[in-house]
Amino acid sequence: MDPISISRRTLLRLSLVGTAGVGLAACGSSGPDKASDSGGSTGSATYWYLSGAPGEGIRTNTVKRFNEANPKTQIKGSTFQNDAYKTKIKTAIGAGEAPTIIWGWGGGGLKSYVDASQVEDLTDWFGQNAAVKDRLFPSSFGAATVGGKIYAMPCETVQPIVLFYNKTSFEKIKAEPPKTWADIMDLVPKFNAAKIAPFSLAGQSRWTNMMWLEFLFDRIGGPEVFQAVFDGTKDAWSNPLAIQALTECQKLIKANGFIKGFSSITADSNADQALLYTGKAAMMLHGTWTYGSMATDGGDFVSGGHLGYMNFPPVDGGKGDPTNTVGNPGQYLSISSKATAEQKDIAKKFFATAVLSDAEKKEWIASGGIPIVKGADAELANSKDADFLKFVYGVASGAKTFAQSWDQALSPTAAESLLDNIAKLFQLQITPEQFATNMNQTIGT
Amino acid sequence: MSTARPSTAPAGASLAGRSGSVTWMALPAMVIFTAFGVIPLLGVLGLSFTSWDGIGVIHFTGLRSWRAELANPGLPHAIFVTFKIMILSWLVQTPLSILIGVFLAGHQRYRNWLAVLYFIPLLLSSAAIAVAYKALLDPNFGLGAGLHIGWLSQDWLGRGGLAVAVVIFIVSWQFIPFHSLIYQGAARQIPRTMYEAAEIDGAGRIRAFWSITLPQLKNTVIASSTLMVVGSLTFFDLIFILTAGGPGDATRVLALSMYKTGFQANLMGLASVIAVILVLFGVGLALLLRRIGGGANTQSTLEGG
Repeated sequence: MDPISISRRTLLRLSLVGTAGVGLAACGSSGPDKASDSGGSTGSATYWYLSGAPGEGIRTNTVKRFNEANPKTQIKGSTFQNDAYKTKIKTAIGAGEAPTIIWGWGGGGLKSYVDASQVEDLTDWFGQNAAVKDRLFPSSFGAATVGGKIYAMPCETVQPIVLFYNKTSFEKIKAEPPKTWADIMDLVPKFNAAKIAPFSLAGQSRWTNMMWLEFLFDRIGGPEVFQAVFDGTKDAWSNPLAIQALTECQKLIKANGFIKGFSSITADSNADQALLYTGKAAMMLHGTWTYGSMATDGGDFVSGGHLGYMNFPPVDGGKGDPTNTVGNPGQYLSISSKATAEQKDIAKKFFATAVLSDAEKKEWIASGGIPIVKGADAELANSKDADFLKFVYGVASGAKTFAQSWDQALSPTAAESLLDNIAKLFQLQITPEQFATNMNQTIGT
Repeated sequence: MSTARPSTAPAGASLAGRSGSVTWMALPAMVIFTAFGVIPLLGVLGLSFTSWDGIGVIHFTGLRSWRAELANPGLPHAIFVTFKIMILSWLVQTPLSILIGVFLAGHQRYRNWLAVLYFIPLLLSSAAIAVAYKALLDPNFGLGAGLHIGWLSQDWLGRGGLAVAVVIFIVSWQFIPFHSLIYQGAARQIPRTMYEAAEIDGAGRIRAFWSITLPQLKNTVIASSTLMVVGSLTFFDLIFILTAGGPGDATRVLALSMYKTGFQANLMGLASVIAVILVLFGVGLALLLRRIGGGANTQSTLEGG
């Protein structure tokens, strides 16, 4: 046995226990995490995925439907909380105990699995099963592709980051939703005077802060600024437009744009959403995946029409196209290369027959998501969330550039350094210039 | 004074007589220690000379990880935070534990009840404690906001200094009961006759505490401090849940750095370097405390020596 794996698992258990506890305490909706079962007997494949409403229920239902339709070949699902899962899945793959089906975000994380030849190359399979591929959004395949080959099946929903706002809060101070970045800066003192925090932010989770930089970089400098980082251009973070974006961000922090105590709030507990729907904060920049839980937990906030939403507004004089967006172009399912041939066959059958089946598609739409299936918009009108769904569909399909979230696009090493430096930037511990210097050192890692 | 330990002398004698079988009996413990202590330790030492992303192939890179980590400006900061939390939590815990322990050492019935009550925090897992405190300290939904108590709704975990103070408070809240229990046991071992003699000499309670109780507890202080100090090197779960090392890196202790480097940044070589440094600190501090104890912790203080 690999001696290192012992201490690793111990650590991991600690962290899992911890983060599971956070979830339990914060929201009653996420059930206890099921015990992980790795390996699995022949005739059954394993599948690890994220817990939390509404995705968990939909994923579980899909597995259930597959198992009912295929009594001889079973899939055993296990759920994990977001941040815990990121560690757990990496460790399991490293220890050779990966589940058959690996749920993920594609991009840099997927590339690290590919580099270690831990996931199946699905290019040929997609070639033979063109129907499976052709029904999905073509844009969702970018983050599934490494070196021209497809290593993951895109699944679930397209999730751009959008600006949510509480209409009631705006009525209270008799203001209009912001149309530009300047409007945002004008709104900040007005909301603060009314004892409403301008923006909710779960800063302890760090990637939540990152969404602000993603948009400011795009709106000020255009998608090329981050693309240069991604491509490994030397000193790409020191681009003057990048510095300008970082400076604008710190301006907002210094103006008390974010809720008091934002750096001790975690997104896993959905506390940031609670701040918005309880009216303690007026606006929130977040992924469209939060819509479902705000509808569930927020009382009549969503059903009563108090939730507003828009694409991130343009910055005056900025280069970026205001239709651009960032976020998750899809979620991704890979097959472990360590799985048995039988398990791989089960997984492929699952991809072809169960993933984004009509039944699953309906469930995603019902939860307020846009499944990444072509023509999904035709079914939106019947949904009770039709307006929101049409808006998300419009943002996703109308975006000139739909960039993948930075921490998912970059390698895990660069992403961790990025998140660390973003946390310090938001704490005002480092200046934009120091941020750029620190981040330039990670280019190419 | 031999009344205090009537049974240990014959037991010791018989053990000495059968030293061969004693070694034999230690074997299971040795096997477990080797399997779960020594071998992983050697594994980590080995990994510290490699570069590995935790998933792919392990490459031997010699001293590169060591050079990189020792040049990392984050390392001195993490060491500083680790020692800050270690020293401050020792300073808070030790006097309080001694006072509570000595107080509980009295034989009144209510003191036993109190001892049981005090002990409750230790029965909870650090993770549960962290989750509970995180909820209580939340500036928007926590205790302060709920009860409309202004000073209580600080940004407890969002400001560097406050976050460190909160960590120390919770650690103390959790572990003072345990150390009090040790001190309670030790204080009860102090022979009554010494206090009786002091009373005859006219010493008051405070004088007796300084002249008899404290000196008699010397070895217990060393033992309890060793547990505190070495234990504080491994604070992880509490801080991980409470602040995740933040705000910024204000509570980023070595153990957390190790986790983040290894499991979030996928740099297992660098993480192993931090692990080895942690082991060295732990061993060094334990030896240092033994030295401060004058190597006397194997000797009995019962006779007043």
